[in-house]
Amino acid sequence: MNIVLNGIPTEVAEQCFLADLIAHLALTGQRLAVEVNAELVPRSTFAHYQLAPDDRVEIIHAVGGG
Amino acid sequence: MTIEMQTTDLLTIAGKTYHSRLLVGTGKYKDMDETARAIAASGAEIVTIAVRRTNIGQTPGEPNILDVLPPERYTILPNTAGCYDAETAIRTCRLARELLDGHNLVKLEVLGDEKTLFPDVIATLKAAEVLVNDGFNIMVYTNDDPIIARELEAIGCIVIMPLAAPIGSGLGIRNPLNIRTIVENAKVPVLVDAGVGTASDAAIAMELGCDGVLMNTAIAAAKHPVLMASAMRKAIEAGREAYLAGRMPAKRFASASSPVDGLFF
Repeated sequence: MNIVLNGIPTEVAEQCFLADLIAHLALTGQRLAVEVNAELVPRSTFAHYQLAPDDRVEIIHAVGGG
Repeated sequence: MTIEMQTTDLLTIAGKTYHSRLLVGTGKYKDMDETARAIAASGAEIVTIAVRRTNIGQTPGEPNILDVLPPERYTILPNTAGCYDAETAIRTCRLARELLDGHNLVKLEVLGDEKTLFPDVIATLKAAEVLVNDGFNIMVYTNDDPIIARELEAIGCIVIMPLAAPIGSGLGIRNPLNIRTIVENAKVPVLVDAGVGTASDAAIAMELGCDGVLMNTAIAAAKHPVLMASAMRKAIEAGREAYLAGRMPAKRFASASSPVDGLFF
């Protein structure tokens, strides 16, 4: 199925949990935060948060800024 | 600063006390090493960061700003820079709180215009209300309007941060009278945020009675950022001491410093 990951259309497995996606991106354990369809998804729920087709996923991290 | 003053003149934000009244941004530096050295030289204990999309697969192993500025050592102040409406600012704050394991201190800024980066105060007021109800401690970027500052404080913002001049402009304190009025009215700390260009600007802000100054470009865009960071640290301390000391009244004409009595001619 297709999702939109950080603004880019991306294909993922039909059954894909957020934790799977993060592991696939080699981001497990990184300091990040995730939104799906503009709603925050707490880190503690990644393992059982199942993605749906056309979900808009945002993965963010801290950067330098003023 | 004397030892006595260092221990008694503290800045309190969200129940935590700080010796430094200089808060710094972490953007526009050449690299992470320069960022770390400049921030160390500034003596800042509160540093602001932005939150952005992770570069998927493009920059593996790149050092993260939070590795250079560990939250155990610095108070991290996530900001909503780049947000032009209340909704994205609110989302950004919620993401930042998750990113920092529930740390709920944020710098709210909702911009109104790309050319000036002036705040959209109407959207800022709306976002502040939602975020206060959601348990955030808000340090809010605003214009130098004392009435808006009063409203933001009434909503529950814990620090009011009027601009001195447009973000990144380095124009200095453009409206000292309004900054002074905001300081006089406020029961919460007032920090000048944005517009400082050099050390004397920072000192002027402190002499006006501000509780601190937040800056980024004035340090990062200096020819020698680490040296400017050190200059800013001293300017903030000097301005604070001058404010506490109470300056002499300005007079139009001279007043001799040597006694007139005992002149021998």
